[in-house]
Amino acid sequence: MSADTAVPRRRTRREFLKEAGTVTAVALTIGFEWAGTSRRASALAAARTRSTFTPNAFVRIGADDSVTVIAKHLEMGQGAYTGIATIVAEELDADWTQIRVESAPADAKRYANLAFGTMQGTGGSSAMANSWTQLREAGAKARAMLLAAAAKGWKVPAAELTVDKGIIYHAGSKRQATFGSLVATAASLPVPDTVTLKDPKDFELIGHQAPRVDVPAKVDGTAQFTLDVALPGMLVALLKRAPQFGATVKSFDASAATRVKGVVKVVQVPRGVAVIAQSFWAAKQGRDALIVEWDDNNAEKRSSAALMEEYRRLADQPARSARKDGDAVAAIRDATHRMSASYEFPFLAHAPMEPLDAVVKLTSNSCEIWAGDQFQTVDQANAARTAGLDPQQVSIHTLYAGGSFGRRANPYSDYIVEAVSIAKAYGADGTPIKLQWTREDDIHGGLYRPMYYHKLEAGLSDQKELTGWRHVIVGQSILSGTLMEFMVKDGIDPTSVEGAANIAYVIPNVSVELATTKTGVPTLWWRVVGSSHTTFAVEAFIDEVAHAAGQDGFTFRRRLLEHHPRMKGVLELAAEKAGWSGAPLPKGKGRGIAVAEAFKTFVAQVAEVSVDDKGYVSVDRVVCAVDCGIPINPDVIAAQMEGGIGFGLGAVLYGAITLKEGRVEQDNFNSYRVLRMNEMPKVEVHIVPSMEAPTGVGEPGVAPVGPAVANAIFAATGKRVYVLPFPKPGTA
Amino acid sequence: MPTSFVLNGKATTLDADPNMPLLWAIREVAGLPGTKFGCGMALCGACSVHLDGQSIRSCVTPLASVAGREVRTIEGLQSHAAKAVQAAWIALQVPQCGYCQSGQIMSAAALLEKNASPTDADIDGAMSGNICRCATYSRIRAGIHAAARSIKAQV
Repeated sequence: MSADTAVPRRRTRREFLKEAGTVTAVALTIGFEWAGTSRRASALAAARTRSTFTPNAFVRIGADDSVTVIAKHLEMGQGAYTGIATIVAEELDADWTQIRVESAPADAKRYANLAFGTMQGTGGSSAMANSWTQLREAGAKARAMLLAAAAKGWKVPAAELTVDKGIIYHAGSKRQATFGSLVATAASLPVPDTVTLKDPKDFELIGHQAPRVDVPAKVDGTAQFTLDVALPGMLVALLKRAPQFGATVKSFDASAATRVKGVVKVVQVPRGVAVIAQSFWAAKQGRDALIVEWDDNNAEKRSSAALMEEYRRLADQPARSARKDGDAVAAIRDATHRMSASYEFPFLAHAPMEPLDAVVKLTSNSCEIWAGDQFQTVDQANAARTAGLDPQQVSIHTLYAGGSFGRRANPYSDYIVEAVSIAKAYGADGTPIKLQWTREDDIHGGLYRPMYYHKLEAGLSDQKELTGWRHVIVGQSILSGTLMEFMVKDGIDPTSVEGAANIAYVIPNVSVELATTKTGVPTLWWRVVGSSHTTFAVEAFIDEVAHAAGQDGFTFRRRLLEHHPRMKGVLELAAEKAGWSGAPLPKGKGRGIAVAEAFKTFVAQVAEVSVDDKGYVSVDRVVCAVDCGIPINPDVIAAQMEGGIGFGLGAVLYGAITLKEGRVEQDNFNSYRVLRMNEMPKVEVHIVPSMEAPTGVGEPGVAPVGPAVANAIFAATGKRVYVLPFPKPGTA
Repeated sequence: MPTSFVLNGKATTLDADPNMPLLWAIREVAGLPGTKFGCGMALCGACSVHLDGQSIRSCVTPLASVAGREVRTIEGLQSHAAKAVQAAWIALQVPQCGYCQSGQIMSAAALLEKNASPTDADIDGAMSGNICRCATYSRIRAGIHAAARSIKAQV
């Protein structure tokens, strides 16, 4: 499986270095061959010199029977490589053990994310959805050409041939041939214009959980991350950045830093002062010794508490309308029973396990980048602008990313631009330089999930019918001021209101409003984007409304979702599997439910919590139902739900970036706490069978867990949660 | 000043700053990059290696402090327990991004080498220092139980 089998012997570091040196000296295409998979997968340049069959931009079949699938998407843990390979292998009828995956170069023409238009990138849980038809056709066309090659050689009609696990058979003449034996002939044949895709009932890999292509290398330590890139003569840079967002370098004293053994150079760049050294440790000591004076004239100096106070005030001012059905204000005013609640959400850091890093090799006419790159063509353009080159002169080797959760997909390309600017300041002489962020750099580094304040009001009739719903959201826009600003329509950033403006419940009068704020704190999408806060507000408040209406949360929601079979479907499945209507839980325990639609995937979760005498909460169990269309790989889907639940749970229990006088108060995993092993609930995942086109699973599982837990805490204690994270860690 | 120790079963001498954390010595000087950098403060466990059989955090362990001792990294895992852990990780498809998994596997192997039948509480105790931001915790727990069963079946 994957290219690991290509070179069975484990290489020593020295051998690898030697080879990496050779590889980079040869050409770009070889460079990306060892990128993104395993160091053992170096797949020897020799293999490329033999004949191969490359029918399109996504498949390459070797004379050795290997089937290499070219991935235009980043593998950051979400299983994209496996999903991509599964789709191609299915239509090709390849043997799963023949499959390798290789990362694509930056090239918007061939490798654009079709959900994004003309840019190459990974995000919005779109990898499977946008690749589905494209890769099925790529696999099917390759198969048709291999069949044509066999038919030509055997002088039999192609219609009499069958394919099973990478071998083509002709029953009549009892002949058979492997893919590899046909590559030379296949390569000489025309690519068909059209091709018939499989009937989904004939799928053999899709829906049947092929093992992940990246797991073996991630179990023996050979998986290639950016941290692991070691090129001959490579230097390591650490960058000292301003302690407040918007501050700039006034002056610096590098005398002590340059005295550190191993420090090569100290350079000023737009984002700070970089210490470039022969090793991480020398760069770290050099940076510790560096003295920088900052100009804070344009810095954001407010505290997050002051920002939230301003947000609360703004929630009572007129805001822009994101959705208006009927007259919510009048309906609530005239209601028999009125209720309101507000919810506060902090800034959140993504904190992927691999701190941001990038390797740049810059010359006067070329820029080569190695990174867990998530926005290839955006990063290419930003790198080119920084280097003073054309985008075509910038090549990107996309490696495995040690997590991202949105952080590496950013329109500013912050860490890439930093690395290029350092290489430029160093002299652009072709010396490879690895920019390494520390965990403190990551926690202090901005591009957080924005802070938000939500205010909700609802009205119930004397029959306890929900007649009016008003939802006001206050917070920063993620898209404004970026190259994606075109998505902001009439002052509404869709990422601020998704999950709220499209509330699925049938309510006659709905108003969703947005007040967009400006701060000096740079912000970015964070796993599941808008639904990371909107789902909490909607699902916590609807639970409160259900309680006021005298109904349980499940029954109340289901009645308002009669028109929406997929949303209702996951709700019912989760409730059934969790035993919602079974025996009540003992005292001190509670059950809560929540449902969400994110990126056209539907997820419902039921959480069970225990709350002890001191108010400490433990989440015992989460039952999850998901409808993501045709399940391409059920085990990967389950893993993404499990992981999404753990990720979301850590955030509601502990996650917060706070500012005091503009300075971030957290530093590392001691003060920016995330979920740990002992806090992980038991998770059960149930997948709704479906023949709809597949949608994504990387993010949606994050959305419902917070409100499901908050609603369970209410069931256990009678107390509602209005401020995230829970005010005292681990307590309600 | 050179430091001599046993690295993955082989006598090794590294000529590096004795205060350099073991993590960077094994990664950048010895050239074994399977051990990862996550926090630099012994808070996340990505840098876990075995020092005389114990799972320790190499990011806060000065190179000089391992002189004369035995260090084992993901590249040098050989024990039955370790192999059982790696096999279980593949069988249960534990990794997602995979960055923390070297450290997870080192901590899990050290646990099973001392405790052949760990309870959930034992697993919490041994593994809570290893963060996984992908939250693969359920599968890590199941993987440790599966490895324990397979070790017993072999005996």
